[in-house]
Amino acid sequence: MSKEFRVLSPTAILGYGFPEASFKRGMERKPHLIGVDAGSTDPGPYYLGAGKSFTNRAFVKRDLTYMITAGVAAGIPVVIGSAGGSGAKPHLDWCHEIIREIAKENGLTFRLAVIPADIEKKTVLEALAKGRIQPLSFVPEATVKDVEDSVHIVAQMGCEPIIKALGMGAQVVLAGRCYDPACFAAVPISQGYDKGLAMHMGKILECGAIAATPGSGADCVLGTLTADSFILETLSDKRVFTPMSSAAHTLYEKSDPYHLPGPGGAINLTGTSFTELPGGRVEVKGSRYEKTERYFLKLEGVRKIGYRTVSIAGTRDPIMISKIDEILPQVEAQVRGMMKSPSPTDRLMFHVYGKNGVMGVMEPLSDAVSHELCIIIEALCATQEAADTLCSVTRSTLLHYGYEGRISTAGNLAFPFSPSDVPMGATYTFSLYHLMEVDDPCMFPINIEEYTNGEVRK
Amino acid sequence: MSKTTKKRVPVAGQTAKRRITEVARVIRSKNSGPYELTLDIIFRSREEFELCRSKDVVNPALISKLYRIPESEILGIIWFEPAHAVKITIKRWIASGDPGETDIYGAQQHAPLLGIEFDA
Repeated sequence: MSKEFRVLSPTAILGYGFPEASFKRGMERKPHLIGVDAGSTDPGPYYLGAGKSFTNRAFVKRDLTYMITAGVAAGIPVVIGSAGGSGAKPHLDWCHEIIREIAKENGLTFRLAVIPADIEKKTVLEALAKGRIQPLSFVPEATVKDVEDSVHIVAQMGCEPIIKALGMGAQVVLAGRCYDPACFAAVPISQGYDKGLAMHMGKILECGAIAATPGSGADCVLGTLTADSFILETLSDKRVFTPMSSAAHTLYEKSDPYHLPGPGGAINLTGTSFTELPGGRVEVKGSRYEKTERYFLKLEGVRKIGYRTVSIAGTRDPIMISKIDEILPQVEAQVRGMMKSPSPTDRLMFHVYGKNGVMGVMEPLSDAVSHELCIIIEALCATQEAADTLCSVTRSTLLHYGYEGRISTAGNLAFPFSPSDVPMGATYTFSLYHLMEVDDPCMFPINIEEYTNGEVRK
Repeated sequence: MSKTTKKRVPVAGQTAKRRITEVARVIRSKNSGPYELTLDIIFRSREEFELCRSKDVVNPALISKLYRIPESEILGIIWFEPAHAVKITIKRWIASGDPGETDIYGAQQHAPLLGIEFDA
C-alpha cells in the first residue's frame, strides 16, 4: 500500500464542465485515479423512463475527453458512474458511444469495462416473492404490478463490480447506475485503504467543488487518502475547503448526516472530525464504515403514466384574481361537460403562480394576493392527442370564460408564446425506490472492450 | 395604507423575540430521494447553534404547523454539531414528479422556516 492515494474529481456531474486550468493543476498533482459521477434521481422520473440524459452530449464529451485522454496518458484508472444520468441501458449506450468517439478521435489505447446496472423484472419479482424487497421511508410497498409496469429498473451498484472490472485489467470503467461515492472509493479500497474514510471522501468528491466555499458544481477538487485520514483541497485559488463547508456537505440531500447508507453498509460520522490545514485544506478523521448483515442494493424504477400538454398564461385583472379559486373549478366543469367522453383518468391541473404555485398544499400564506398571476394549465391523459385536446379546450374556455363580475370582456389571459400549448410527451412516475437483498454484490455483468490506437477489438 | 410596519419594541413583561435569520447563515430545502424533503438550517456560530438547540427552537410541533403536516410525516429532526446545523426531514407531499408536482428538486420549500422566531 503506497503512502497516500490521490483522487481527482473534475466536476460535480459529468457534463457540468470544469476550468481547464483546475484540471491541469489536478493532473500536476499526479493523481492515482480520476473519478466522476454522472447521475441523480433529482431531475425526476422522466429521464430514467425516456432513456434520455439530463446533461448535454457536447459537454459530456468535452469533460470525458479531458478525463480519458489524461487518464490514459498518465496510466491511471478513470471511473465513470451512473452513465447518462439515470444509468439504464439507453443511458449507458449513449455514454459508451461518446467514449468510442473520443477513443477514435484521439487514437487511444486502453481497456474499457462497461457495467450495465439494469435489473431484469424476473430477478425483482423473485426477490419480491421471497420477501427480499423492502421500501425506503415513506415509499409504498412494492407490488408485482409495480415491477411489471416498470419501463426501466436499475440498481445502484457498490464498489465491488468496479473493483472486479479493474481486476480484469480495465483502465476506464463505465458503470451504469452506481452509488456515487463508489466511483472514487472502489480503487483505494481495493488497495487496502480504510473503507469508512474512502467512502466518506468519495461522498464529498462526488459533488466536485460543491463542498468547498464558495461552492461550485463546475470545478475540480483533489482528495488525498492516507492510512488514518483524508485531506480535501481545491484546485482553483477562487475557493477553499473549510471544516464547516466540508461538514455541511454531509447534510446535502441526505436525511441523517451521521449515517449515510449505501450498498452493503453505511458511513458512520458520529466520530468524525474536520480540521483546518494551511492552504485552504481540510483533514477529515474518524469516519467509519459499518457493514450491514445482509447486502442490499437500492432499486430505481419508473413507469409511464400518460402524456402531458401544458399552456402558460398570465392574468393582471384584479377581479379575476380575486375570484380565481372559483373560476378554475367552474372552467374545469364546463370543459368536462363539453367533452363527449372525458376519461375519468384524464387529469386537468392548474398551477397558479402568485398564489401557491411553488408550495401547493403546503403553502402557509393562503390569503396573500398578488397583482398578477401566472396560470399553467396542465393536461395529463392516456395519449398525446387527448392531452392536446384537453389542454386546448381548457385554454380557450378559460380565455373567454364569463365569470361573475367580469368587466374585461376581450380575453382573460395574457399568453407569452404562440403557439400557446406545448405537448410535453410521455410522463413517468417512480414505480420502485426500494432495497433489494442480494447474495452477490457483483451480480452486474462486466463487458470488456479493447481499444488499440482508437480502434475497438472485442 | 392598511399595512403597518411591525417594529420590534420590547413590551414590559414580554420577552424580546429573535429571528432565525439573525442566527442562521443557510436555510435551504432539497429532496433526499424522490419521497423525502430535507430542510437544513446552518447556524452562524457554535454559540448560536447551541443556543437554538438548548431552546429546542426547531421541534416537531413547529414543523407540523409551518408545513401543515401531521407530526407522523416528520422523519426526524437532527442537530448536527460538526456543521452547526439542524436537519429536518419530512415526507414529500407526493413523490417527485408525480401528477400535481410543484417543485421537482424540492429546492424552494424553505420559505416557512424564514419566519421562525424564538425568545431571546
